[in-house]
Amino acid sequence: MKFKTFFWFVAPSVFMMLLFIAAPLISVLIQSFQITQPVMQQIEVETCTPGFLTQTCTTEVKTVPVIDEATGRAQTTTEWVGFQSYRNVLQMDKVWSALGSGNWGKILQIDFWKALRFTLMFTLVTLPLVVGVGLMIALAVNNAAKALRGPVIFISLLPFIITPVIGSLSIYWLFVGDGILTATLERWLDRDIAMFGQAWTIELLMYFYRVWHVAPFAFVIFYAGLQTVNMDTLESAIIDGANRFERLRYVIVPHLMPLIIFIALIHLMDCYRVFDEIIGFRSQAHVISLQWLTFDFLTPDDAGNRAISRAAASAMLTMVGIVILLILPLRRTWRDHKGGAH
Amino acid sequence: MSKATAQPLSLKLASGAFLAFWCLIAAFPIAWIAVMSVKSPRDAFDASAWNVITGPATRAAGNGLSFLDIALGLVVLYFAIRWAFTRLPGLVEQYSPAGFIVLGWLVGAAVYGLLFVLIFFGALPVVFGVLNSIAGPLGTPILGLTTEHYVAVWGENEFYRNFINSMIVTAGVVTVSLTVGTLAGYGLARSGSNLAFWLLIIALVFRALPHSVLVAGYLPWFINSAEILRPILGDLSPTLYGQPWAIIAVLVAINQPFTIWMLRSFFQNIPSELDEAARVDGCSHFQAFRRVIMPVMWPGVITTGLFSFLLGYNDFLVTALLLDAQNQTMVPAIAGYFNRETTTTDQVEAVAAAVSITAPLFLLVMVFQRQIVSGLTAGAVKG
Repeated sequence: MKFKTFFWFVAPSVFMMLLFIAAPLISVLIQSFQITQPVMQQIEVETCTPGFLTQTCTTEVKTVPVIDEATGRAQTTTEWVGFQSYRNVLQMDKVWSALGSGNWGKILQIDFWKALRFTLMFTLVTLPLVVGVGLMIALAVNNAAKALRGPVIFISLLPFIITPVIGSLSIYWLFVGDGILTATLERWLDRDIAMFGQAWTIELLMYFYRVWHVAPFAFVIFYAGLQTVNMDTLESAIIDGANRFERLRYVIVPHLMPLIIFIALIHLMDCYRVFDEIIGFRSQAHVISLQWLTFDFLTPDDAGNRAISRAAASAMLTMVGIVILLILPLRRTWRDHKGGAH
Repeated sequence: MSKATAQPLSLKLASGAFLAFWCLIAAFPIAWIAVMSVKSPRDAFDASAWNVITGPATRAAGNGLSFLDIALGLVVLYFAIRWAFTRLPGLVEQYSPAGFIVLGWLVGAAVYGLLFVLIFFGALPVVFGVLNSIAGPLGTPILGLTTEHYVAVWGENEFYRNFINSMIVTAGVVTVSLTVGTLAGYGLARSGSNLAFWLLIIALVFRALPHSVLVAGYLPWFINSAEILRPILGDLSPTLYGQPWAIIAVLVAINQPFTIWMLRSFFQNIPSELDEAARVDGCSHFQAFRRVIMPVMWPGVITTGLFSFLLGYNDFLVTALLLDAQNQTMVPAIAGYFNRETTTTDQVEAVAAAVSITAPLFLLVMVFQRQIVSGLTAGAVKG
């Protein structure tokens, strides 16, 4: 295919990605160094209250925004503030003082570090669970009678396809206050349980939800991979005296290795963006993630202001994190591509 | 059966038990909210599972199904579903004009859904009311069931507005991202150049970006777009914030990296001899794509369309931040229930709204299970 034809085929797609992905990235980078504020002025206001004989008048100096006469809105100025927004998000002074005093737990009370801790731990804890559970389901389905496979795949797809917010809500309702599973647990253990009262139980439920939601994806891919396992290799492994576990460990898992890497890569990307769980479990008081932090800065507060520059700074920091996480897998792809070209 | 696959009974039992356990875990939360949504608030949050299922308080309030209702209802349901799979496809093919089969299916599905709701919630209760009064013991209610929460959600709370918005956004996302994506996917599959490789890698990096990063980039521009665009477009310049079509563009762009990867792997499965033959016969590249490749690409396009649909339908973050309350889609709208969720009635209404959002997805898996599985494996196994 000539370059010109290729160009016209990919042009619309590339244009959309440049306009709606690359351009916003640059815009976020610029915003994170700027701060936009309403212009304030100090004016003297005299307020008088009726009194006996004479009015009681007080004058005070008030700070009010300057109103643009043409549009009727508050005038704003934009100034360059360097790393100010990053400092506001990272709060390094508190971090250093916490490190200095040896009181490490205090770092996790700062929103950004709290979110970072949860996001990373969430990604790393669920990854092996998803791969393990997915592989187990795939092996079990592969063992099952042919007639059962269709319905099992249907049921397995449900947690994967359900809207993430709704999926986490459905688990939230099972455990909320007097939800059915909390009531059952209380009866077994004979004590009061509040699953949403402290951070660690919420986190456990979030791990459970994520594995429940993503394991079907891993299962379907592993199941397809299992269909292509070389039967001759398996039989020679038996002749060589390999037991069931050794066959799994030395024949099947190496065969599935590219798929495991693929799932790990996708899972890394998706888990790092963990967000819907926070909404579904309503956990913002206890557990927050990096993406939720940016979302929170972007949501208007009671006065209707959005903390755009702090959102931009936290977004840039989030992005740096995903780039660091992805460098290794991408270098591998690049090496494979170059290796394939030779 | 070869020796490699022969297994002792204990292993078979263990794997069967594990599978049954997984199916229970996979289906339970979804099935349970479906059960909760048709009970009175007291039953829905009862501590005993048996009470939630049978619903004594709902039954006491006069909303219940008798044995006769359940038996007849299941029979009607069975025939309705059977009819949908045996006769409906024939009717759709007969009545849809040539070349508009997709449109025919959309209309057919909508009409079928409407008829289904009318028969089940309009005609059957009347018939059952008469039958129950003459059936004696078989006609007394044994299972509490009420649709009042659905009526409240869809009627009083005007959930249908959110439904329409969701449909507009998802329909837009699917059409535009497929149009743009098939062109790019074809180009990328047929070009082995380094540029194509780099485009794919950049798309992969874009796919990894958290959506909040992008939304942080859009928000200031979208809110002030009327003033920014005024010098170019004059008084026609729109405020992009709160516009469904702006959301469509954003979601299409966010979805592009994934779409082109998936479509590319489907296009790679189509032998390039096919377009070479068309080129020899005098087609241009675009004509070959349009007349020769597209007709054999439908399975891949449908699969990718399904995943685009899921992205548009399931999205919370982008729609919550870039649409205002008047034209909110379904998923962010349900967050509105959190703030009001003070009484148990509100909670059960939220459950009913959640089930309403899940129902179309359930149908989707039922109809398109094969395509979803092939889509999941397309990226991993072949590419």
